[in-house]
Amino acid sequence: MDLVNIFIKAAFLENMVLAYFLGMCSFLAVSKTVKTAFGLGIAVIFVLAITAPLNWAVNTYFLKEGALGFIHPSLAAVDLTFLQFIVFIATIASMVQLVEIIVERFFPPLYNALGIFLPLITVNCAILGGSLFLIEREYAFDESVVFGLGSGFGFFLAIVALASIREKLRYSHIPPAMRGLGMAFLVTGLMGLAFMSFAGISL
Amino acid sequence: MSTDSKLENPIVVPVDSAVDAKAAKEPFWTPKSKRLLTDPFNDDNPITVQVLGVCSALAVTTQLKTALVMSVSVVVVLVFSNVIISAIRNTIPSRIRMIVQLLVISGLVVMVDQVLKAFAYDVARQLSVYIGLIITNCIIMGRLEAMAMSSKPSASLLDGIGNGVGYGAILIVVAFFRELFGSGTLLGFQVIPQVVYDMGYVNNGIMLTSAAAMFIISIVIWIQRSRNPKLVDIS
Repeated sequence: MDLVNIFIKAAFLENMVLAYFLGMCSFLAVSKTVKTAFGLGIAVIFVLAITAPLNWAVNTYFLKEGALGFIHPSLAAVDLTFLQFIVFIATIASMVQLVEIIVERFFPPLYNALGIFLPLITVNCAILGGSLFLIEREYAFDESVVFGLGSGFGFFLAIVALASIREKLRYSHIPPAMRGLGMAFLVTGLMGLAFMSFAGISL
Repeated sequence: MSTDSKLENPIVVPVDSAVDAKAAKEPFWTPKSKRLLTDPFNDDNPITVQVLGVCSALAVTTQLKTALVMSVSVVVVLVFSNVIISAIRNTIPSRIRMIVQLLVISGLVVMVDQVLKAFAYDVARQLSVYIGLIITNCIIMGRLEAMAMSSKPSASLLDGIGNGVGYGAILIVVAFFRELFGSGTLLGFQVIPQVVYDMGYVNNGIMLTSAAAMFIISIVIWIQRSRNPKLVDIS
């Protein structure tokens, strides 16, 4: 039950995009059509679900205080947490590179549809943010897998929702200066307010 | 027109540090380099036009103090990474380009993080993960790809300063309104007098949520694009 709780929390209550406002750049840039938003959402679920437990493992076995003790007892006092940023980014970059190679080889249509946005997931704040959050909250391995899946699903939900709204808004009467980006910000803010209604839910 | 060609082809000074880059910049004050500084403030603003760096702009703007610290940190990282990558741009193999960029940015952010933890610990606590997230701040990667990989360090320096200031300006505007209406303070000092509270005024709670930052930025975009018609429908 605790794992389901974490999934629901990550997807709805603490949505990466709408509650913490991470991953905004690609969120706003790719949400012009539902098709591209769908592709990016799926890619983000994939990357988050893989990098979250991977970074957990790297942190637990290499970076945490005392983690290096398994190599040699004299290293047990070493604390490498200050390297977290660099190491996490390195694992995310390599993972995204791997995902890109696999997608290009086995799913060429998806690769063509995503284009530049697949390598751009590397610098998506949501991915690094997910890893940093699970370290801060001290999740275990299974919890970090579920957290990655949940956060990815939350991002997917938010970006597809915004894309569908923006597609509909294209035929509405909006002042010229608000068209496009201005309206996207406004709608995202309203969606953020709406998602706050989930606060306090627990199973 | 020979003076123009002298301005367009300045003395090429091999630069490998920000200090040298500043020294080479001095005799290079052309309209083009002036535009590198002023464009990102309005015409090419990283947040409202290029849609970069939006994540941190929303989360750290509940208080003016944290917004200021964040802007300064981003400017520092942006300027130094621009100059460093620009200085070594011809020696980076194309395949590992992104990894080298990320390494440089991460190194700088780790340094900024340690400095903040040492000298401004309470602000660093409030900013928590968002300092680390400067690594993924799209502005830095975006400017590296667009500018530093193909320009001289002096131009990259100006571009870094321009974009950093443009980003900081939006951050400060948003934080100003959020803190003023959300808590009645500015930089921690109570601005709205008690007398107004006694009359029935209440702090606006929505301003403390991230959604309010979205609304304020959309209003800023509205004002900016109404006054600058060539930005309409640009993104």
